[in-house]
Amino acid sequence: MSTRASTLTGRIMSAPSIIVLFLWMAVPLGMTIYFSFLRYNLLSPGMEEWIGTLNYEFFLTDPAFFASLANTLLLVGSVLVITVVGGILLGLMLDQPIFGRGILRLLVIAPFFIMPTVNALVWKNLLMDPVSGMFAWIASLLGLPAIDWFTNAPLTSIIIMVSWQWLPFAVLILLTALQSLDRDQKEAAQMDGAGPVAIFFYITLPHLSRAITVVILIETIFLLTVFAEIFVTTGGGPGLATTNIAFLVYTQALLQFDVGGASAGGIVAVILANIVAIFLIRLIGKNLDK
Amino acid sequence: MEHKQSPLGYISFSVFAWIVGLLIFFPIFWMVLTSFKSELEAVSIPPSFISFDWTLENYAEVQERSNYFKFALNSIILSVGSTLVGLVFAVTCAWAMAFNPTKRTKDALLWMLSTKMMPPVGVLVPIYLVFRDWGLLDTRFGLIMVLFLINLPIMVWMLYTYFKEIPTDILEAARMDGATLPKEIIFVLLPMAVPGIASTMLLNIILAWNEAFWTLNLTTSDAAPLTAFIASYSSPEGLFWAKLSAASTLAVAPILVIGWFSQKQLVRGLTFGAVK
Repeated sequence: MSTRASTLTGRIMSAPSIIVLFLWMAVPLGMTIYFSFLRYNLLSPGMEEWIGTLNYEFFLTDPAFFASLANTLLLVGSVLVITVVGGILLGLMLDQPIFGRGILRLLVIAPFFIMPTVNALVWKNLLMDPVSGMFAWIASLLGLPAIDWFTNAPLTSIIIMVSWQWLPFAVLILLTALQSLDRDQKEAAQMDGAGPVAIFFYITLPHLSRAITVVILIETIFLLTVFAEIFVTTGGGPGLATTNIAFLVYTQALLQFDVGGASAGGIVAVILANIVAIFLIRLIGKNLDK
Repeated sequence: MEHKQSPLGYISFSVFAWIVGLLIFFPIFWMVLTSFKSELEAVSIPPSFISFDWTLENYAEVQERSNYFKFALNSIILSVGSTLVGLVFAVTCAWAMAFNPTKRTKDALLWMLSTKMMPPVGVLVPIYLVFRDWGLLDTRFGLIMVLFLINLPIMVWMLYTYFKEIPTDILEAARMDGATLPKEIIFVLLPMAVPGIASTMLLNIILAWNEAFWTLNLTTSDAAPLTAFIASYSSPEGLFWAKLSAASTLAVAPILVIGWFSQKQLVRGLTFGAVK
């Protein structure tokens, strides 16, 4: 249906968005790449000089890099496991007939709408505080010593907060996928004597596999750059215990003013994210052809 | 699994499900409850659930001590502003891609998506320096631009999937009747697209309202929205939990309401149409 004239209008109309996005992404990214090869510190302006790959050598051999890479992977991996497993279980649960299911579903997905800074401070103070927090009180009821979460298990605390925030996302998507499952197929399997466990592993789980992949990929993209939760609770500490790559780059850029080093770190983060992004974009691209 | 369910099974499963649901919701419930307590009661052990003196003074004090409404106003201006700017760009772009596709439309869409995959720290340094040099740090204009740009791919994608569902026969019929392009858009396409556009706006407002990387890094006070305001409670003086709770409750309430209304569209928007 597209004549030459309408193709032209189409190009003209989609051009502004494409151009602004290109300027927003390509230009700063190019600048980051350029900076990453410079000795460039905001505290000594005018002293910029080309130093080749020295920033990368420093960044990649810095013990802080390994610590933050390990933290990043641990954070992403743990939150993925918790939210996907929890999301499947909660999705299955909410797919059953329940009294007041609509309202219950609202309660379960609510954490996703809480802004990250609120999430972090409510968990840190009202729930996890070792003296007056809810968890300390529950522990005392059970006769257990209170845990000083952010001192003794800082990364675990961050993982719990972030999981709470992203669990509803997994539930929403997996529930949507569950609801499109063909009931007849399930009933036919039941007729044939398949138990709930067999139905889950041979019918439900394969049906969910696409949605699970989408959840994993999209969450990974966002979780690689968790920032606000760390910024307002631990500031990356104690030591480097909760510093992830995103936070490390932030500290180098805006606290140590080391533009060159931070840029090299930023590029490393981009490469990590791209490894995931390639799979996600392929998956979504395939979907587009249908 | 629920095939033949007895009333007893229904009731006990409902009770179980509600316990799980309430546990997940508990932090939000507790935050709202604490916002009505005095500071002393907020830290009391054992915690008081119902039997405390309900008070609204935290809400008044949050406004008095820190000019809460300035931050709330910034949140509104940033989220609504970036959404409106985004809408102008995204509607035209998605319209063109859905109704006048070229061979490269699919590539363009996927490329847009890929910009969303870039971690913000990858461009933090240059954006910060450009903002500093152009005097855009801590300005509403600068942040509206950033929020508009980071969410533009999602807006285009969402609108694209909605526009694709509009039957093209109707548009062709309008063209046959001599409708010009602007008329075609305004009188034929837009009325059918309103639900899709509305939910795209809602999702975008949610995302912009809660965005906490750029708002924390590019603002200090003048343009700071609620995300940054709440973050200022991370270095508190004295007892502050009740006030923190009151400020937090106000900050999340509007988005919670919008989010509950648009939960279905959220799936479509956040998965780029891969799960509907």
